Amino acid sequence: MKKQNWQPWALLSPSLSAILLLLVIPVLFIIVYSFWLRAPTGAVIPAFQLGNYARFFEDLFYPSILFRTIRVSLICVFLCLIMGYIPAYFFHRSTSRFRQALILLVLLPFWISFIIRTMSWINILGTTGFLNHLLLKIGIISQPLSLLYNEAAVLMGLIQFLLPFMILNIFVSLEGIDKNLLEAARSMGCNEWQAFREVTLPLSLPGVSAGCLLVFVLTAGTYLPPMILGGPGNEMIANLIFNRVIGTLDWPFGSAISVILLLLLGTIVWTYNRYLGISQIFKAFKGN
Amino acid sequence: MESSQKNMVVQLRGIVKNFGKLEAVKKIDLDVEQGSLVTLLGPSGCGKTTILRMIAGLEHPTAGDIYIKGRLVNDIPIHRRNLGMIFQNYALFPHKSIFDNVAFGLKYRNVSKTDIKEKVRKALEMVRLPDVGDRYPSQLSGGQQQRIALARAIVIEPDVLLMDEPLSALDENLREDMRREIDNLQQMLGVTTIFVTHDQREALSMSDKIVVLNDGVLQQEGPPEDVYNIPTNRFVADFLGSSNFYPGRVMAKENGLYRIRLETGHEFLSNHPFNWNQGDKIELVIRAQKFYVYAENNAPDETLGNSFKGVIKDRSYMGGEVSYFIDLEGGLSIHVISIVNIRALKIGDRVAVDVSPRHCGLLPGQHSIAAS
Ligand SMILES: Nc1ncnc2c1ncn2[C@@H]1O[C@H](COP(=O)(O)OP(=O)(O)OP(=O)(O)O)[C@@H](O)[C@H]1O
Ligand SMILES: [Mg+2]
Repeated sequence: MKKQNWQPWALLSPSLSAILLLLVIPVLFIIVYSFWLRAPTGAVIPAFQLGNYARFFEDLFYPSILFRTIRVSLICVFLCLIMGYIPAYFFHRSTSRFRQALILLVLLPFWISFIIRTMSWINILGTTGFLNHLLLKIGIISQPLSLLYNEAAVLMGLIQFLLPFMILNIFVSLEGIDKNLLEAARSMGCNEWQAFREVTLPLSLPGVSAGCLLVFVLTAGTYLPPMILGGPGNEMIANLIFNRVIGTLDWPFGSAISVILLLLLGTIVWTYNRYLGISQIFKAFKGN
Repeated sequence: MESSQKNMVVQLRGIVKNFGKLEAVKKIDLDVEQGSLVTLLGPSGCGKTTILRMIAGLEHPTAGDIYIKGRLVNDIPIHRRNLGMIFQNYALFPHKSIFDNVAFGLKYRNVSKTDIKEKVRKALEMVRLPDVGDRYPSQLSGGQQQRIALARAIVIEPDVLLMDEPLSALDENLREDMRREIDNLQQMLGVTTIFVTHDQREALSMSDKIVVLNDGVLQQEGPPEDVYNIPTNRFVADFLGSSNFYPGRVMAKENGLYRIRLETGHEFLSNHPFNWNQGDKIELVIRAQKFYVYAENNAPDETLGNSFKGVIKDRSYMGGEVSYFIDLEGGLSIHVISIVNIRALKIGDRVAVDVSPRHCGLLPGQHSIAAS
């Protein structure tokens, strides 16, 4: 009996120690750091005080970045949902023999480095980039447009990174729907659109919500697209952390912001898991 | 349509269905009478489901016409054919309550809310599950789910009810109950039904008409008793029950009975209803269940007409029945399935077998008989 109890733990120990070493301990360090003091000289002094947190909420500057992060994440979720459901549904209904290949194409961007993919937007949208070049050439505009360094460009960069996650999550849940249900609905008098609304849409919602959660969490924690494609007013919470820790070497304050972000995302994931179950997300990566 | 066919609810005329190179259904004609239960019976892959799906409008025939209530429906989409469908896996909507499942078809038929309530209540009563309206499909057993599926299909008063192996997901005992329930309900409502199965017992026990299919070709159709007792080809004879086949010739007709001589020299009497001529090559068909077997010293003096002696070569015990392989004197092997009364016979026992001329069927023979 005893033996059986620790056996699974023994088998899990390599991965558990990896998680402990690479995830739990660093996070604990961050939490501890967030209570420390930073002297005006720049030295970091061990302490236990809430000054870093108080500073975050001192005025509206920092909370407004947090608020912007949430807003951009929500917009990104919404756009990914619209732009993701359509191709996922198309793959699901496709009877083409290239279906498998099309689905693989969705994963193609992952083969290219995230930074390169993000940077490449500069060549497309920049003042000397492809799009302006083209528009100038055909004479639609006479002055290059400034398409970069705004929120739209940031969203563009985020979407091209996150869309595959949404598509795959929705696709997997669509594939899991029993085809007979659709035929049953049709036989009882639904036309195609009505059958979609009655059967396909509600039964794909688990995949939709899993995709939304994933996109939200990944957007809220990202710093590359705002840094590369965004302007001064577009920085998100992760950029703030980056600036405090790398830029001004203010580890305690950077840590406090990290903990705030962690709490926010943790609450969202916890709520989701409580009501919908987190396991849906893993289905998308197991394939079918 | 001709007036003589007015009471036909479903008519197929020259239906062909090809999937690429595969000919799944080959020129099928079929008439389904108002209020009758017709089964499509055949082995796996013979095209039963494909035919049903074409009637439903889920597949398009490659050639041929489908009429429902005299109306050509080839180009009418499924949702305007007024059908009830029952699936093997029940296909209840998991995200809707039982009430909403049953009410589903009514919602798309402009039925008022109060009428929907009343009709759903009646339908649930009919399948003897009046109190489950608030539950969800996952909270019901397989048999209950299939009954809800039945309620959902009949509540819309369909022109025809299509069922694709509705019992095969249920376990043995439940299947029998459910089979009787479908049978009773079908008769009570008089709803025209097409029932797909590969289980001959199901087909024989519920149908008004059995349609036997093999390899996309209609083999034989008719009332269960006719199809079972007077098979018109070897496939049907073999598929419905295990049969013995022996090549032979018609020797004479005496007192309304045909005298048949087999290639082995054994002679049988048969009162097959068809007209055969002296010298016709035939195949004698005798079902394994139709032989009587006695221990040799126990045989009655009276014979049914075709009595032989032999030795049991092999047997397998199946509870209520025993399957024997018996070598008759003169070199003829027969397969017999016999009900066990007291004690099964053993391998090596000498036995007498007897079979009535009524159970000696004849099929046209394709074999060649050595000139005699
Ligand atoms: N959509 C399809 N595409 C290609 N071939 C198909 C398709 N549907 C059926 N077939 C083929 O057509 C033939 C008849 O299939 P069908 O499903 O009608 O058989 P069935 O009699 O219902 O068999 P079962 O008892 O196994 O359900 C089979 O050989 C099957 O492989
Ligand atoms: Mg089938």
